[in-house]
Amino acid sequence: MKKRMVILIGLLLAASTAAHAVAGRSATVGIKEFKFAPAALEIRPGTTVTWTNRDEETHTITSATGAFASPGLSNDETFSQTFTKPGTYQYFCALHPMMRATVIVK
Amino acid sequence: MDHIDRRGFLQCMAWTGSALVWTSAGGVLSSRMLGSAEAADDAAGAFRFVQVSDTHIGFKGQANSDPAATLRQLLDRINTLKPAPAFVLHTGDQTHGQKPGAFDQLAEMLKGVKTERIFYVPGEHDVFLDGGKEYLSRYGKGTVGEHGWQSFDYKGTHFVGLVNVLKYKGEGMGALGQDQIEWLEKDLSPLSASTPIVVFAHVPLWSVYPQWGWVTEDAERALTYLKRFGSVSVLNGHIHQVLTKVEGNVRFHTARSTAFPQPAPGSAPAPGPMKIDEAEARRMIGVTEASLVRGAEPLAIVDSTLS
Repeated sequence: MKKRMVILIGLLLAASTAAHAVAGRSATVGIKEFKFAPAALEIRPGTTVTWTNRDEETHTITSATGAFASPGLSNDETFSQTFTKPGTYQYFCALHPMMRATVIVK
Repeated sequence: MDHIDRRGFLQCMAWTGSALVWTSAGGVLSSRMLGSAEAADDAAGAFRFVQVSDTHIGFKGQANSDPAATLRQLLDRINTLKPAPAFVLHTGDQTHGQKPGAFDQLAEMLKGVKTERIFYVPGEHDVFLDGGKEYLSRYGKGTVGEHGWQSFDYKGTHFVGLVNVLKYKGEGMGALGQDQIEWLEKDLSPLSASTPIVVFAHVPLWSVYPQWGWVTEDAERALTYLKRFGSVSVLNGHIHQVLTKVEGNVRFHTARSTAFPQPAPGSAPAPGPMKIDEAEARRMIGVTEASLVRGAEPLAIVDSTLS
């Protein structure tokens, strides 16, 4: 009985891991008081990052190399981007370019 | 008047209710009551123009749920001015983040302004999505190389509209760029030093608060070409509040927004719309009127608020 239980748990874990892999990893970045938080986000390849603008002012998530760019996000609007390739991705807000942050994929 | 007296004079500034009035005679500033500034406006050869800035059509926040409504009230007030303003300068951020339909909505509203012409320079909110494509397709025609910058003369005063939001990447501040600065030098070179100059642009051409991006990184270079003139007024927007600074014969002035106020430099953790109620905000939004009298050369700038 005990052995069967362990196997069952093992199967459940395997199933949940598989489901997780299919759905992909996710991470979040907040935008508040003209700052991205965290300013440096470290993620695994395949992770989808979602930014949420908590300011009343419009902000953007704009890649420094043009790899990705959000439209203007109003208050409480979100933008998501999936990162598949390892690397360091610098981005800023096109309306307030002093707002800068990084996504590190490894 | 010697230099020290002039300095003393420059410090003379008075708030008259909601309106701050500056008067300049031969580059010397003095403060005046709103009523006497209007009287000066009646002098022969005088003209008046209005600066409207940061209309942010499409914004919605605590300080203002409907910037089109507050703008309409201010435009109605402009239409009561007698004589009517010769023209209107819009110093950018017509739209809030290029919200769809915002350019059209503003253009429709401005059709109702009783004035001969409206001149525009863009704000970063008008150009950030598409690098200025839509803005320049609407307002680039007739400007230098269709880049948006321009100059014109009106009754002996030389006006220059500059664009400092199209090179708005990386450094976190406004910039004019080499081409525009070279054009400015050529544009100003035939003018005599006694020609009154009015420069208008969106982001302040002086270092208001670089930490918040309230600065134009290469403005100093542009200003070197303006220093020889006896009377230079620089009118900006962007920071949604009235600030003035005088440097020699150059007077810098920022206008209020018609939509929402921003905090004083460094007084809050970040710039952006102040989270205050609408009644309070209406005392902090408005437009700027400027009157020029050629000959006596007084320049009066009147900032009035909505309520």
